[in-house]
Amino acid sequence: MNQLFTREIAVQALKDSFIKLKPGVLVKNPVIFIVAIGALMTTAVVCADIFNSHFSNFNFQITLWLWFTVLFANFAEAVAEGRGKAQADSLRKSRTQTKARKLVHNKEELVLANDLRKGDVVICDAGEIIPADGDVIDGIASVDESAITGESAPVIRESGGDRCAVTGGTKVISDRIIIKVTSEPGFTFLDRMIALVEGAKRKKTPNEIALIILLSGLTIIFLLVVVALPAYFDYSLKASGVSANHNLTLPVLISLLVCLIPTTIGGLLSAIGISGMDRLLRKNVIATSGKAIEAAGDTDVLLLDKTGTITLGNRMATEFIPAEGFTKEQLADAAQLASLADETPEGRSIVVLAKEQFNIRAREMQALDTEFVPFTAQTAMSGLDLKNNDGQLRSIRKGSFSAIKKFIENNNGFFPKNVEEIVSDLSHQGATPLVVAENNQVLGVIHLKDIVKGGIKQRFAQLRMMGIRTIMITGDNQQTAAAIAAEAGVDDFLAEAKPEDKLSRIREEQANGHLVGMIGDGTNDAPALAQADVGLAMNTGTQAAREAGNMVDLDSNPTKLIEVVETGKQLLMTRGALTTFSIANDVAKYFAIIPAIATFLYVTSSGVSPLGVLNIMKLTSPESAILSAVIFNALIIVALIPLALRGVKYRPVSANRVLALNILIYGIGGIIVPFIGIKLIDMLLVSIHLI
Amino acid sequence: MNEALQLILFLVLLAVLSPLLGKYMAKVFMGDKHIMTPVFGWLEKLVYRLSGIKSEEEMNWKTYMYGVLIFNLFGFLLLFLLQIFQVYLPLNTEKLPNVSWHLAFNTAMSFTTNTNWQSYSGENTLSYLVQMLGLTVQNFVSAATGIAVVLALIRGLTRKTTDALGNFWADMTRSVIYVLLPLSIILTIALVGQGAVQTFSHYVKATTLQGSEQVIPLGPAASQIAIKQLGTNGGGFFGANSSHPFENPTPLSNFLELLSIIIISAGLVFTFGYYMKSKGQARAIFITMFILFAVGIAVSLWAEYSHNNVLNVSGAMEGKETRFGVMNSVLWSVTTTATSNGSVNAMQDSLSPLSGLVAMFNIMLGEIIFGGVGSGLYGMIIFIILTVFIAGLMVGRTPEYLGKKIEAFEMKMAILAVLAPSIVIKLFSAIACLVPAGLAGLNNAGPHGLSEILYAFSSAAGNNGSAFAGLNTNSVFYNLMMGSGMLIGRFGIIVPVMAIAGSMARKKVTPVSSGTFRTDNWLFVMLLISVILIVGGLTFFPPLALGPIVEHSLMHLGVTF
Repeated sequence: MNQLFTREIAVQALKDSFIKLKPGVLVKNPVIFIVAIGALMTTAVVCADIFNSHFSNFNFQITLWLWFTVLFANFAEAVAEGRGKAQADSLRKSRTQTKARKLVHNKEELVLANDLRKGDVVICDAGEIIPADGDVIDGIASVDESAITGESAPVIRESGGDRCAVTGGTKVISDRIIIKVTSEPGFTFLDRMIALVEGAKRKKTPNEIALIILLSGLTIIFLLVVVALPAYFDYSLKASGVSANHNLTLPVLISLLVCLIPTTIGGLLSAIGISGMDRLLRKNVIATSGKAIEAAGDTDVLLLDKTGTITLGNRMATEFIPAEGFTKEQLADAAQLASLADETPEGRSIVVLAKEQFNIRAREMQALDTEFVPFTAQTAMSGLDLKNNDGQLRSIRKGSFSAIKKFIENNNGFFPKNVEEIVSDLSHQGATPLVVAENNQVLGVIHLKDIVKGGIKQRFAQLRMMGIRTIMITGDNQQTAAAIAAEAGVDDFLAEAKPEDKLSRIREEQANGHLVGMIGDGTNDAPALAQADVGLAMNTGTQAAREAGNMVDLDSNPTKLIEVVETGKQLLMTRGALTTFSIANDVAKYFAIIPAIATFLYVTSSGVSPLGVLNIMKLTSPESAILSAVIFNALIIVALIPLALRGVKYRPVSANRVLALNILIYGIGGIIVPFIGIKLIDMLLVSIHLI
Repeated sequence: MNEALQLILFLVLLAVLSPLLGKYMAKVFMGDKHIMTPVFGWLEKLVYRLSGIKSEEEMNWKTYMYGVLIFNLFGFLLLFLLQIFQVYLPLNTEKLPNVSWHLAFNTAMSFTTNTNWQSYSGENTLSYLVQMLGLTVQNFVSAATGIAVVLALIRGLTRKTTDALGNFWADMTRSVIYVLLPLSIILTIALVGQGAVQTFSHYVKATTLQGSEQVIPLGPAASQIAIKQLGTNGGGFFGANSSHPFENPTPLSNFLELLSIIIISAGLVFTFGYYMKSKGQARAIFITMFILFAVGIAVSLWAEYSHNNVLNVSGAMEGKETRFGVMNSVLWSVTTTATSNGSVNAMQDSLSPLSGLVAMFNIMLGEIIFGGVGSGLYGMIIFIILTVFIAGLMVGRTPEYLGKKIEAFEMKMAILAVLAPSIVIKLFSAIACLVPAGLAGLNNAGPHGLSEILYAFSSAAGNNGSAFAGLNTNSVFYNLMMGSGMLIGRFGIIVPVMAIAGSMARKKVTPVSSGTFRTDNWLFVMLLISVILIVGGLTFFPPLALGPIVEHSLMHLGVTF
């Protein structure tokens, strides 16, 4: 990944730099378009020179370097696009002509995948390529999505729920699913991805448009400078008694213009934009628009799901705390029974803990007369009913404090005071207490602990320094949430959160002027994803969620949101740094060109040129000075291509420090570098007798 | 030593008085009670009642802007007509003839745009009626217009998600009644006390020691001078402007006039601070202006005092008033060009090339170093928007100022506002260099002639009004070119500024965090100065090199013009 581009990309980009000379393409970049017009005009001057048989070496070299300037800018853009294309090609391979088995009136028909419309229903068996984006409406299958995610482990896709979305181009590995197509041909996820990656349909982002307006405005201002200059010269020539045909030549004026207008940023602007998208893609995140990346940089509130982002996967049982009158072992036994049918990671961790501590093994339950009670959102508990050997019914339940309390009270039991204390103690510690009860008695509490990810606290501290507030979203109650929030160092939390709460929280933050980023996967996350300024949908999520968000994370890694924000910031910083650099460059260029063109004005009788004092770089001759400035101006574009592609160095520090540092490098550096560069080029030109 | 003390006193008073005045103006324009309410409150109410202004009814940016434009158009027409028909109107004691159409156009434009360029000499051309009903009234209302526009912009920047930018008529009324009028009255009394004239009498004829007869023009000068300085107008009652002993009799009057030139513009920066509820933000702007101002003074003083080996002089006195001396002349020239005042107490034409350059450069930057009343601040805010946009990206967020995003529309408008005066200065002066009508007005040869032309158009575009003199501009060519230059330089900025005010007002405000690009610290001050110098100033480097710079260089080689 260290290599910026391969040979093939470079060769293709070289070809593209010439193809991009088409006026229709050039005109999209006003600054470079002006350079091209200038180059065309000096070419005409050189042709006229040859025709009139007084060829000017100077004019010829200027013309050459002006064309180079245009080509270098084109090259920068082509390289950035080339890097994207290389990725697109690997995507495209999976989009080969597949056949689809379309269901029409319960009969199969073999059609081309490209002819599938939204709403069509198709069948896919093991070994077949899924022909289009869709939702599984029947069946369950394992799917190889490596074509789009690069991840070789197959994923499960099943009808209903949050894992029903399938992507065209991926392959069914086992079983059979029936899919309802959700996209029109040419607009599938893969199609859009390819288009975005290639930059073919790249729209300019709002900030890019504003920047182009600024650059065009500056170009007009400098155009005014150059247009007015011959008039001042005409006056000055007369005043110093030099003949009027010594007035500035067209190539000199165009050189001055090209040096002054912001060609550096103008030439690199679209490369910066494309490579920002590209960098995101290398992190396996696809943004549906460049605008989304910009918004990511602006985001100052992040809504993060607790599970997976802040804590490691799931909670683990770490301790059995019995109620008065029961032993730990009794509690463990009942807890294990209540968890046998519980396939959730929490449930499994209880079984594991019971085995570890008391060697309680899994029992064959079919033998007993048992009925499992699954977890439901209404009851908020799970467990089982079983008949003892003596025929007595045992109703064992585990669940939240409030659910079990209700259960006990319904059974005319009494909830012991000391268990209540244990519960509130655990909650204060940020743990989840799971109360276990049998019939009308409370046996004790299972200590379920959230494990906060290592290093996450530092990460949040960095975000805070960058002015980003983190809000933890969790279904836990207030106390638990508060404790984990404190441990992880988030700024705020939303406890007992329902999907609607996310949406209203986002609206509230936005109303206060914040830009909100969030990550989500379920269908009920869709409204919040759509409302958020940056909605990162997980690829494992539903189609609805993927449509609603403006980015998709192919790895489905919730921590990704933070990286997305960093990439956005880096993109904006790169743009700002190169703009500043470009504008700061002008100082040196004025000092190279103005004294050069004005040496013969007001020369005293003793032959001293009064404007010679401005030649602070002591450039050899007017021609070498102008040529050096033009060459520097062209070469700096090439020199900065790696920076444009890689982005400026990103540091997670406060805005003020980032600014101070960037100003030092790109502002002050932007003033000094061209003085040195132009001087060196001047010395080189003279030493090899090019001028 | 005395001069150094005067300079220090001036700068200290500027720094001390402007926050006080700023606070007072904030109270006035926010509609709070203040010390002048009991004195003039009845007058404000009377004006509202007579004119039917509903001061509480706020306007959106378009309505507000139409108010500005229509009011100024009416003012222009009135002033134009007063001049071309002055013979038929009263108070023409000296029976001065009607003013030519092009001079009347130029003068009317000049006074409505707060430029106060004078192609004429007041005492020989205009009747008392024109001076008072035309010029003095415009001196008030053109300054009030500047205040009104900057108030709309301030409200746009500090309010959120609204269309309301205040009431133009109420803002005008309040700035005249509570700001310009009271200060003018105080200054008039002070000036009369120092010996400035204030009379309706005929001009006085005197016999000189040589026995020849001399006409000494008089008039109601002191009152016009007060507002000419306070409103950064600068158009003198007499042709010799503030070097005339009846306008500026003593060093004390000179000092007071200097202070009054700059004080309202500086005070408005702090008014902005009260609206922002942030003294830090206002201080950053003030310090930026102050640094540019102080550097200008330092360079000019150095240029005037440094010893010229070839000419063997230091502290050149040519064209300077002996009553004030070199320091006060230099201070005046820097102050009057940094603000868009444009009055003179010495001949700019005779300044050494470098201090002439400073004067010209001050104007070319766009009259933002304190600048004109109101216009200086809104011009500076345009540069702040540019700076925030260029450098703000470097913190990794899209640019914002005071929590408001700077987007394509604001950028477009800011660029228009920067382009408007730039077009006038560069293209108009280039035209003048090429056509015979442009060169015909020149008195001086060589680079100095170019400086004179450049200065004139800079003065027009910047709505400054001071002249390098040496250039006769009372011709059809100059009157029309300069008149249109002033128009573009004034409303070419006001219209985009109002559009920015409107669009900013509608935006939400992003709360400040450590990720915010700070606009209230030293780093920002330095950035702002760099952008002003590189984007605003450096584009004038080529013509300046061919004018004052080459002249300066030649002077040291022993060649003068």
